[in-house]
Amino acid sequence: MPGLDDLYREVILDHYRSPRNRGELETPPAVRAEGFNPLCGDEIIVFIDVDDAGVIADIAIGGQGCSISQAAASMMSAAVKGKTIADARRYIAAFKGLMSIHEGEIGGDGSEAEIGITADVGDSHGVELGDLEALKGVVKFPVRIKCATLSWNTLAEALAEAEAS
Amino acid sequence: MSGIPTDIKNDFPVLHQQVHGKPLIYLDSGNTSQKPRAVIDAMSDYYETINANVHRGSYEIAVRATDALEGARAKVARFINAPAVNEVVLTKNATEAMNLLARSWGAANLGPGDAVVISEMEHHANIVPWHMLAAEKGFELRWIPVTADGHLDLTTLDTLLDGAKLLSITAMSNVLGTLNDIPRLAEAAHANGALVAVDGSQYVPHVHTDVQAMGADFLVFTGHKMLGPTGIGVLWARAELLDAMPPFLGGGEMILNVTKEGFTTTDIPWKFEAGTPMVAEAVGLGAAVDYLVGLGMEHVRRHEIELTAYALRTLTERFGDTIVIHGPSEPAERGGVLSFVYGEPDARVHPHDIAQVLDQAGVCVRAGHHCAKPLLQTMRVPATSRASLYVYNDESDIDALADALEASSDIFAF
Repeated sequence: MPGLDDLYREVILDHYRSPRNRGELETPPAVRAEGFNPLCGDEIIVFIDVDDAGVIADIAIGGQGCSISQAAASMMSAAVKGKTIADARRYIAAFKGLMSIHEGEIGGDGSEAEIGITADVGDSHGVELGDLEALKGVVKFPVRIKCATLSWNTLAEALAEAEAS
Repeated sequence: MSGIPTDIKNDFPVLHQQVHGKPLIYLDSGNTSQKPRAVIDAMSDYYETINANVHRGSYEIAVRATDALEGARAKVARFINAPAVNEVVLTKNATEAMNLLARSWGAANLGPGDAVVISEMEHHANIVPWHMLAAEKGFELRWIPVTADGHLDLTTLDTLLDGAKLLSITAMSNVLGTLNDIPRLAEAAHANGALVAVDGSQYVPHVHTDVQAMGADFLVFTGHKMLGPTGIGVLWARAELLDAMPPFLGGGEMILNVTKEGFTTTDIPWKFEAGTPMVAEAVGLGAAVDYLVGLGMEHVRRHEIELTAYALRTLTERFGDTIVIHGPSEPAERGGVLSFVYGEPDARVHPHDIAQVLDQAGVCVRAGHHCAKPLLQTMRVPATSRASLYVYNDESDIDALADALEASSDIFAF
């Protein structure tokens, strides 16, 4: 039986209490995407500033919601800051894999092949994955998976917008 | 004492179980209520003994099934003191009843230059149907504001009602527990030439309801919040209104005659009940009405006032300024719906996290916007936790809630 310790890991509560990259970026040059969880009212706003080389030079997170949605957004921002759009997409796929979400379930482009990249992400970005893996316990609380993935889906929207503009 | 039997939990099978190794503490009756054995048995008995389609069969069990359906309708009519049984239209739930009202009466009577008045404390079921219809018909939707202490702000009521054709208003807020003064509102509406629709979803299960004393023209409510099954709700309206309203859904049951050229509708209430109705659910609702009448609605209400007073006192004493309970502070002015935010004033614990922690302690509460987003915008909170009480709750349930809340303060460190 899953316990609350599986969900509320210390690193999650740390990100919740001290969210990273909290704030706004000026648009343009940054792009802005907004995500809602209509069931519970969680709201995430993702600002990303992508440079000419396709690198996420800066990221900022706004919105409000439960500890899981806000901590996941904070961890997401720390993980993808300074990464290329392609790398960020690998993170999205890897994170959905971590949440046991496969192609088609919540949209995005998380194919099985990309989900297999989880290990690569771990190898190359050990520190960040350590944080992200703390969210693994969320899988045992199915109603909270949407909270954990909200920021990642919103990031996917922001990436698409950045590429389009 | 309230007059509710102290062993009432024995009537509710679902309450006798453990979740996460803890006894189930059910505090989400504003969402849906639990069902007494009498309701479950009535529905089983129906299926085991007289199941047949109604209003058609000429054989014995079909006659009995029809009697069971119409008998349940009569029980509901008496329960709300309807002047006539044929004023009770059975629907899927309160939401469908409100949509029936909007799509039938509203579509026939509302157009550009007209107005419908609702309030900021409405459930989405009394907002969205009017938004949808207003987009088609071009009438205006007006809002009675809500004060900081959770009451309707009636200072501009007459202005809002001026030229309005309908006031559609909740009798009890599902977020704040606020009881609205329907007779006073109805008087004001009628004085301005408007009809009055009452959303009784939260009120009818908890307070003796008399549509005539209310001065209502329409009343909607649902069975599953009043110890009955899901899938059955009610639209009550004065017979002359129902008679003049066009049908809602078309099909079997609702016709007098059908030809290649057209159709004629049958009498009320069946005119609004196309297709095979929810017979077993109606029987279950009838049994729920019997059970509530057996308890006595005055006892149900007194129990709720006493338990709400205990809950307000206990939570305030134990948690001080780390808890804010929304809505009226006087138990007699409210129902047993306790929406709250919890945590240090500058760092409240999010309601979803509270609900999660409470669940681990076996305590069921709802977290979120409670299908009342305009109200939460007015309250300037994105979400609340909500404990909602009913006849089977007692002081031990409130104590369990308080104990579980304390555990969440350990996790979120304050």
